[in-house]
Amino acid sequence: MKNGKHTAIKVRKITKSFDQVKAVNGIDFDVYTGELFGFLGPNGAGKTTTINMLTGLARPDSGNIYVNDIDCIRNPKTVQHLIGIVPDDSNLYPELSGFQNLCFCASLYGIKKIEREVRARELLEIFDLVKAADRKFGGYSKGMKRKLTIAAGIIHHPSILFLDEPTTGIDVMSARQLRLIISELHKKGTTIFLTTHYIEEAERLCDRIAFIVSGKIIRIDSVPNLIQPIKSRHTLKIICAPGITKLKKAMEDNFPSMKIIIQEEGVLRIEASKPIPVGPLIRFLEDRHIDVFEALRIKPSLEEVFVDITGIKIDSMKNEKEKSGGTS
Amino acid sequence: MKTFTAFWNILKKDFKTYYLKPPNISWGIIFPLAWTGMFFIKSGNNIESVQSILPGVVALSILFGTTSLLSVTVTFEKKNRSFDRLLLAPIPLEVLMLAKTSGAIIFGIINSFVPIIMAAFFIDMSHVAWFVFIPAVILIAVVSTFLGLFIAVAVNEVFEAQTFSNFFRFPMIFLCGLFFPISSLPFFLKPISYLLPLTYGADMLHGAILGKNSISVGINIIVLLFFCTLLFFLSLRNVRKKWIL
Ligand SMILES: Nc1ncnc2c1ncn2[C@@H]1O[C@H](COP(=O)(O)OP(=O)(O)OP(=O)(O)O)[C@@H](O)[C@H]1O
Ligand SMILES: [Mg+2]
Repeated sequence: MKNGKHTAIKVRKITKSFDQVKAVNGIDFDVYTGELFGFLGPNGAGKTTTINMLTGLARPDSGNIYVNDIDCIRNPKTVQHLIGIVPDDSNLYPELSGFQNLCFCASLYGIKKIEREVRARELLEIFDLVKAADRKFGGYSKGMKRKLTIAAGIIHHPSILFLDEPTTGIDVMSARQLRLIISELHKKGTTIFLTTHYIEEAERLCDRIAFIVSGKIIRIDSVPNLIQPIKSRHTLKIICAPGITKLKKAMEDNFPSMKIIIQEEGVLRIEASKPIPVGPLIRFLEDRHIDVFEALRIKPSLEEVFVDITGIKIDSMKNEKEKSGGTS
Repeated sequence: MKTFTAFWNILKKDFKTYYLKPPNISWGIIFPLAWTGMFFIKSGNNIESVQSILPGVVALSILFGTTSLLSVTVTFEKKNRSFDRLLLAPIPLEVLMLAKTSGAIIFGIINSFVPIIMAAFFIDMSHVAWFVFIPAVILIAVVSTFLGLFIAVAVNEVFEAQTFSNFFRFPMIFLCGLFFPISSLPFFLKPISYLLPLTYGADMLHGAILGKNSISVGINIIVLLFFCTLLFFLSLRNVRKKWIL
């Protein structure tokens, strides 16, 4: 209990190494009952490794994990009754149909035949897969596979759900549909632990977010709290011709109230505590024969916070992900 | 009850998706047929000899039928990650592994009847001691399934499982007294024979069919049960160590 909230997942100082790699390096966090908790981090940050330890598929080298006050390391099987798991790739049986897969997964939780068939039909309906119910899972499209995998994860009405990158590698429409379903589950009271690399997704869905980088949690807070410090910050991005590096000093002298950052050749980022007048900046550059192509105001978002706190360039993270998402 | 539902459905799914598939049925039926045919032809027209090779053929049919299946139901499923789903289900690991192996055991037992039925056309089977034969078949099926399981969880790739199981299976044909007695082996091979579980199963079959066993039935049963337990728990230990990271 903390602030009157029950703790669904309690993690204390867990570490996990593979050979030389410290995949998870002493992390602590609590997930409260009914909360949608996001785990946000780049490739190889340790998100999947953490989920595996929380669900009993991996043993931490040290530390403690409690799920609904049950020691997850000692009694993984007791915990597995309470939790639903949606792994990062769709590992259902390719030779079974969608319906058979769901019924089989339900049977693993001891659900009776009649009940599991009713539940499977209900889920196929919710996930818009009724037409594909009798087709083999192996022939499903990536989005359909994803949906059925999530359906299989919630077949036994788990009170705690683990979702490992639920929307990676599927199209915008299906992703939106999945997010809606996730929000619905959350509204109905399911505690959800979600990993993602989509900052926007985390911002839109999650109550609280943990930033994880290289096996360490850098920050945990609610979305409003995370954004608070940069709310009053004004940011402008200017895209222009190359040649600004040597002008940085002059700009700083000319605009002392602004913070000038050269992100890369031809991309300028300007931060200030007051609204930024665009005209003088552009005039300054054009007077020095630098063509300005674009000037855009950047709204304070979680993305900004993430860059601030982790120092990771978002673009590089996104690109990496899109590639890996495309193949998995 | 819940655990039983899970057990039963895992077994049922494996039967539907693997055992009853044409390639496996053919493996299960044609393979023993081929063994049987090959040995019967080789033994010439001498009807007496059919009986003398029957124990060996029965043992081989079970051994090859069971061990080859585990590389599919276990190694293949681990490889495509659907096995993780089973590991994540709230079923005790012991029950899960029994569910994954029961199908192969049943399959092996059914396999053993192929040579028996064939032989029944040629020779009089009335003298066979069925009360020894049946337990022998069951124990051989269990022990070779668990040997297959042990191999399946010790490797990472399906082809490794197949190679590795041949490494065990083919020497067993010669070392376990299937077709010629262990006493005729060179002295330095004999200790190895007694370390292989099939030796005891084959001896029981020889006793049941030919009335010629060199070890008492009781001891054979105890040793086979010991091998079953040992292989099963070693496999469980490997799963815990290697698959639950
Ligand atoms: N079974 C394993 N053997 C060796 N190294 C591993 C294993 N699993 C994970 N790692 C390593 O641990 C680190 C964390 O991996 P993990 O899969 O947890 O990252 P992630 O945050 O889920 O990344 P992604 O976004 O790509 O899914 C990586 O450096 C990875 O290479
Ligand atoms: Mg991952």
